[in-house]
Amino acid sequence: MGMGRILTAAVAAVGLFAGVMAAAPAVAQDTIKIAYTDPLSGPFAQTGDANLKQMQYAIDFINAQGGALGRKFELVPFDNKSQPSDALIALKNATDQNMPFIMQCSGSNIAAALIEAVNKHNDRNPDNRIIYLNCGAVATELTNAQCSFWHFRFDLNVAQKAEVMVKALPKTTTKVYLLNQDYLFGQSVQRDVKAFLANNRPDIQIVGDELIPLGKVQDFSPYITKIKASGAQALLTGNWGPDMSLLIKAGVGSGIDLTYYTFYAHLAGGPTAIGPGGAGRVYSVMQFSENVAPKLGNKEAEAFTEEFRKKHNFEFTSGLFRTIFEFVQASIIKANSVQPIKIAEAMEGMARKDLLGLDVVMRKDDHQIMSAYFVGKFDKKGTGGVKYDAENTGLGWDPVTTIMATDVVQPTSCKMRRPRS
Amino acid sequence: MNPVSLLRRHWMWLAVLVLMFAIPFAFYDWSRGRHSGFALTLMSEMALMAVFALSYNMLMGQAGLLSFGHAILFGIGAYFTAHSLNFIKANDILWIPAELIPLAGGVGGLLCGILAGYVATKQRATAFALITLGLGELFAASALMFMTFFGGEGGITTNRVIDSSLFGIAYTSAWQVYCLLVVWAMIAAMLMHLQTQTPLGRMANATRDNFERTQFVGYDPRMVRYWQFILAGFFAGIAGGLYTLVYEIVTFDTLAAVKSANALLAAYIGGASGFFGPVLGAAVVVGLQSGISLYTSAWLLYLGVLFIVMVMYVPGGLIGLITMHRPIAQMGRLRELFLPYLRILLPGAVTMLGFVTFVELATHRTIGAAQGKTLAVFGMPVDSESLLPWVIGVAMVVGGGLWLRIEGRGFLLRWNGLIEDAKARGIVA
Amino acid sequence: MEVFVVSLLNGLVYGMLLFMLASGLTLIFSMMGVLNLAHASTYMLGAYFAYTISLYVGFWPALILAPLLCGLLGAGIEMYGLRKVHRYGHIPELLFTFGLALIIEKVVQMTWGLIPVPYRIPDALDFPLFTIYGTQFPAYRAFMLLISALMFLTIWLGLTRTRIGLVIQAALTHPDMAGALGHNVPRVFTTVFAAGAALAGLAGVIGGNYRVTEPGMAFSMGPIVFVVVVFGGLGSLTGCFIASIMMGLIQTFAVVFDVSLADLLALFGVIVTKATPGSEFLMVSLPRIGALLPFILLVLMLVLRPRGLMGTRDT
Repeated sequence: MGMGRILTAAVAAVGLFAGVMAAAPAVAQDTIKIAYTDPLSGPFAQTGDANLKQMQYAIDFINAQGGALGRKFELVPFDNKSQPSDALIALKNATDQNMPFIMQCSGSNIAAALIEAVNKHNDRNPDNRIIYLNCGAVATELTNAQCSFWHFRFDLNVAQKAEVMVKALPKTTTKVYLLNQDYLFGQSVQRDVKAFLANNRPDIQIVGDELIPLGKVQDFSPYITKIKASGAQALLTGNWGPDMSLLIKAGVGSGIDLTYYTFYAHLAGGPTAIGPGGAGRVYSVMQFSENVAPKLGNKEAEAFTEEFRKKHNFEFTSGLFRTIFEFVQASIIKANSVQPIKIAEAMEGMARKDLLGLDVVMRKDDHQIMSAYFVGKFDKKGTGGVKYDAENTGLGWDPVTTIMATDVVQPTSCKMRRPRS
Repeated sequence: MNPVSLLRRHWMWLAVLVLMFAIPFAFYDWSRGRHSGFALTLMSEMALMAVFALSYNMLMGQAGLLSFGHAILFGIGAYFTAHSLNFIKANDILWIPAELIPLAGGVGGLLCGILAGYVATKQRATAFALITLGLGELFAASALMFMTFFGGEGGITTNRVIDSSLFGIAYTSAWQVYCLLVVWAMIAAMLMHLQTQTPLGRMANATRDNFERTQFVGYDPRMVRYWQFILAGFFAGIAGGLYTLVYEIVTFDTLAAVKSANALLAAYIGGASGFFGPVLGAAVVVGLQSGISLYTSAWLLYLGVLFIVMVMYVPGGLIGLITMHRPIAQMGRLRELFLPYLRILLPGAVTMLGFVTFVELATHRTIGAAQGKTLAVFGMPVDSESLLPWVIGVAMVVGGGLWLRIEGRGFLLRWNGLIEDAKARGIVA
Repeated sequence: MEVFVVSLLNGLVYGMLLFMLASGLTLIFSMMGVLNLAHASTYMLGAYFAYTISLYVGFWPALILAPLLCGLLGAGIEMYGLRKVHRYGHIPELLFTFGLALIIEKVVQMTWGLIPVPYRIPDALDFPLFTIYGTQFPAYRAFMLLISALMFLTIWLGLTRTRIGLVIQAALTHPDMAGALGHNVPRVFTTVFAAGAALAGLAGVIGGNYRVTEPGMAFSMGPIVFVVVVFGGLGSLTGCFIASIMMGLIQTFAVVFDVSLADLLALFGVIVTKATPGSEFLMVSLPRIGALLPFILLVLMLVLRPRGLMGTRDT
């Protein structure tokens, strides 16, 4: 075996690695950095990409108003390729640079990894703490059994979204069919929707309840056959991605008289995949829609989203990003410090108004936000309240139902451990 | 067998060990008096990936068995370790030191190897590859469906701080964990190297080289494959155990097809025929995946191109590339290649830079620009909408490519001449 | 009865879609003994090419042009890539196609973006053909069935009735002998590979607007197609056809039968509750694993009969 071989190999590896590190772009020292990790490449990259655009826009808006304590905010994205290990590497990167915040939206498995890692890191390194801003991982456990002082969730959790969906069902619906993906999230949706139906709408009969393997079903026609045979009027599903769009396409193609209630039809790629066949039939539980501001008569919010449209030729779907940064800004100003522990103490319990002028509260018990939610109906642009369309398809979301924040307050089992110093 | 001769024969193992401990200090944050968590985690990932890739090579390089589902052994080992740690903590079993925890992963991988291997090793070559593909899909789907063992989407979380250690170390800091990992990776690599010298290892090589002839030797090839699979499972499980120690959470992606693909890429890029190839490959793959991916979303394209170039022109991998120099080195005429290398390095660099520019421009136009990123080459901002950068990029690729061809011919002439001289002297490649 | 008939129809249509995709792969696999992992990527390219072409000249020209483009691409891959790698053995060939799949996916993302593209069914075919038991059967599905059947017929006739077809058949089972007899086997290889790629492209044109055209479509369709090809057996087009229909029907009917292992045990008097060890596994019902059945069948087939249903050569 050649001697120099191994040395050469090791040197080559080191060289590559050192080159990567050395090429690290120098980040400006005086900005408040918010690390952001999501899948930015690979099969789920479209969500991460859409998020990044909107976040950058929201941060520019906050910075234009002066930032906080004389410093501007800076977003530092890290691609985690849907792998928890890469998200943890991103966390290490963030803590190395003493960033006070890490934000993550997509994937409850990644969120579970992050919340545990943040807890451990903050325990073991009290002088270099970090706050975890959750912008979309919805597993209910994260603010119940797994709750943490350092974690702030800015989107409603699965249980709350399920409650919104049930509350939006019209009085004429008496038979529903449940279909979900066979993993923790889908099973949670299944469980929570059943519980809320029993509570709020005992008149509704559940005529079917299915679980499908995640991302594996290529042909949904057999399921549509079953749904038709059951006589269901509405299909309640937590499906996302092709599992959702293929299901709806199969249903529309078979001419079945069904309304589809989803959680994710409005996210990046959904409207294009569903197409005109879904008009008037598909509903989605959403945190924000560009069509709410015109309905409420809020000119400022409408101008905000219109500006984004002009810039990116894409719609603005996540009002909560602006809410997050406004909360961060307000907490830093209130705490008059950039120390994570002081920011966290200032942020919990904070009550503000979001960009639509509606009340928003960050509950102190479990760091779960209480905000208004909407149910949008997929319809042609120009019908009803559809002033703006989605993804240039000529179809958009009409916010037909509004559920106020006070209506989705749910008890929590969180026993939060607060740090002493 | 005195210690001096032992040292002389295996000095490279010691050198690598020293290097692994020394490199993190290159990234030490002297201003804050602490190690770079990022660098340590990245190097830990490289270490455990190296063990995983070496175990994969036990199948691919040593036994000629291409597996598409190697991650299931890794993942089951990781889950086993996580459950063991939780069990130890819950029942206060203090006589198991933290240092031996990866063995739990090894046991898990071993058991999984016994089960999965029984089915998979009934066939060989392409049929084997497809069985592992099917098994991989089944295990990955099960990980999402069954909550009790796999913990569903959130996975199984654990805490490596179990207050029990052979050396009194708490393993709260990343540096401590990294040191443990390096030691374990070394031990695993040494054991795997030892295995290649055993009769089983040699028979595995034989079945890879000439299947029909091996049957005449008397060993049942099926049993050879089966045992090799089980042992590969043991070491993959150890890599999984190391994973659990570093990340303290195990989720379904440890079983997914992507993980298996990583092992394949690492082993092949590094070089499947030697022993150390996968180690180098693991460093490259992790560097690209978790290092370069921070700067460009086109890292997967680069990985794919690198992989294809390796498959088409350098089937021996990076290690193969380096080994080709051995006859010349033995002649002592390596320095004669210095100038020719320089002459092809320059056009090579130009071509590569042009290619990277082109890819980055294309990515920026469709994906990056909207993400608010600004494209910058050596600090100078570049506008992807204007034509000039595109023209420059294409020109560099084409021009550099042509220049490379010319210089390449001269290089090959030199190279062949040296190889001929080596042959003439009786030094066989 | 209603459920049975509708499910039968659904299963057949799905099976035919699988056959469209698998037919090209079985030709390539049988010929060269190498599993083309980039086959599903060619399918994806077919869909994207058809989308872009249909933006300018409509769906019908795209139906001809997109598969041609894919065929040309396939020929190029074979001549400049696969042939070089061929001398290193089967594993490098497979790995080459794997790397190609990675690159194609990334290039598609870079060219058409990350979100799905609005590749729609042409208006001429967007109507319900007939209604059976209250469920509409879209005309486009009938079109898919038609194209798929035509594909099968064309390939079968081409292989058995034309001269080049006979040469290909010979090379399918005895490549060395066919070469020894003086036929230009490398040219035959290129033709078959290009034809396989064109077939995949055609499947993409047809399937892309029926399903969703997005960068992840190759990754999701890929595995099931390999299952079909291997299950049907090497060197046999009929085997591939039968396997596709089988897989389609199995997956469709699995959704209908709501049974689990626990139900089976109950027949023998063993009651499974949540407290029983392994209950999670035993209580899994058939619809939940319907889409996984092909993989279970693949493993069983490879272990018990590696040459597949009607294969002429061992895998």
